[in-house]
Amino acid sequence: MAILVYTENFDGKFKKSTYELISYGKEIAKVENSEVVAVTIGTVDAGVLNELSKYGASKIISVKNAELNDFSSQAHASAIVQAAKKVNADVVIFANNPNGKAISSRVAVKMDAGLVPAAVGIPSSLAPFTVRKKAFSGKAFADMVITSDVKVLTLTQNSFKVIEAPVTAVLEDFNAEISADMFGAKPVEVVKTTGKLSVTDAEILVSGGRGLKGPENWGMVEEMAEILGAATCCSRPVTDLDWRPHHEHVGQTGKVVAPNLYIAIGISGAVQHLAGVNGSKVMVVINTDKDAPFFESANYGIVGDAFDVVPKLNAAFKKFKAGN
Amino acid sequence: MKALICIGHVPDTTSKIRFTDNDTKFDTTDIQYIIGPYEELGLTRLLDIKDAGTDLHITAINVGKEETEATLRKALAMGADEAVRVNADATDAFFVAKQIAEVFKTGGYDFIVTGKESIDYNGGQVDGMIAEILGLPSVTGATKFEIEGNGAKMEREIDGGKEVVVASFPFVTSAGKDFAKEPRIPGMRGIMAARRKTLDVKEPVAQVLKTNVSKHFLPESKPACKLVSPDNVEELVRLLHEEAKII
Repeated sequence: MAILVYTENFDGKFKKSTYELISYGKEIAKVENSEVVAVTIGTVDAGVLNELSKYGASKIISVKNAELNDFSSQAHASAIVQAAKKVNADVVIFANNPNGKAISSRVAVKMDAGLVPAAVGIPSSLAPFTVRKKAFSGKAFADMVITSDVKVLTLTQNSFKVIEAPVTAVLEDFNAEISADMFGAKPVEVVKTTGKLSVTDAEILVSGGRGLKGPENWGMVEEMAEILGAATCCSRPVTDLDWRPHHEHVGQTGKVVAPNLYIAIGISGAVQHLAGVNGSKVMVVINTDKDAPFFESANYGIVGDAFDVVPKLNAAFKKFKAGN
Repeated sequence: MKALICIGHVPDTTSKIRFTDNDTKFDTTDIQYIIGPYEELGLTRLLDIKDAGTDLHITAINVGKEETEATLRKALAMGADEAVRVNADATDAFFVAKQIAEVFKTGGYDFIVTGKESIDYNGGQVDGMIAEILGLPSVTGATKFEIEGNGAKMEREIDGGKEVVVASFPFVTSAGKDFAKEPRIPGMRGIMAARRKTLDVKEPVAQVLKTNVSKHFLPESKPACKLVSPDNVEELVRLLHEEAKII
């Protein structure tokens, strides 16, 4: 038995969320008395691969097929399943990100397995295999039981902490059997949003709403993000009005996020917006309307005008950062 | 050209969430059901393509018991040409995918569109599962969709950017945000026409269930929001540092 973790690399590097996956796998492996095996696809330096052993991966399989440089959920799923069978994996774990979602459902079919997407904690029991996930867009949780022999999970980002558990890992190169007919959906262009911290990776998000009155007023939002090492995002009306780019939209129909801190400025907190952010550990709201629904969900709030409060808060954050 | 679009029957986004039967089942009392927002965008885009002059026949499909027919009728009212209901409870993604794959095999369809995820159990598994069962390519979470030649050109979000993907028929895609701009609202003519359109009921094929819900929980109620005076913003910084320990 083994816990197989798909460790997607981003231009040859891993992210904090990758180590969350390994730590999560390690927790299950401890209970089941098995080991964590990481599988990665593409070129990653041995030194970077070895980072995975710091969190408990005792075997690291590196799939080398050059044709897998193009993303194909079909081909990637096939390679991962070949690795899973090789190590006799009974649990296969993915990140709940775009590629993790696309591949995991195929892996479940190939391995005749049940899949629980967006798990938020370690299984409360291994027999029956029971794991909690968010449901009803964050308004509830469901404990799901997987009844098949092999279990497939995707883990919600920032829902499990990174724990160091160093082991000595075996590195193994692997050539999967991949055929040309697995590339029926072909990427013809990849556009990267470079240079900026992405909304889904950021641990702190500073978010602006229609209360900010216009795109010209985003300077103070960006300033706060800069001070806190945060990413900026926004509510739906803001992207609909083209004040901000679409990739910054968080909410039910935009990105669903779960940062440590979410600061909402001039956002009333409609149910659809909250559905995308209620996984945040701490929420702060700044709004002129004391009856704005966001105050019901937030941990901290300031009833006041953003144009007065935010510059003062930025000065206070700056002072705090300088002192720490 | 023939498209099969999966129509989720889900509680309205503003629904009050409650559970029954010892928290094992969703309490459907007083719940308004709607077409899943992503499936609505998917169907809207297909209708836009059809209205722009492409010869496209659209079949709406749902796996559900009789009470889901009103939701399928709404898809017909929006403009789908016909509908199929597979007569079974949709409790497990694998089971649902198997049913849709089965209908696809006999219908001569060119492609399948699902929603990116349902807004009840937020699964987002069905598109990839259908594709794997049928051995088809798939594009998960597409944000743009254009018919091009003998297939389609799509965009999908990836971690830290986006990807332009082309696929030839047959394929599966799941519709994400921006698949269409605004969902189409059925007009009175559409609602009248929907009554005369075919809604075929099929019995399910056997498939062992692989998951079930053992219990539901509501989130723990948060302590009341702590208000800080706008004239004392330093207090907020202190709370975030000392109490929440987040900065």
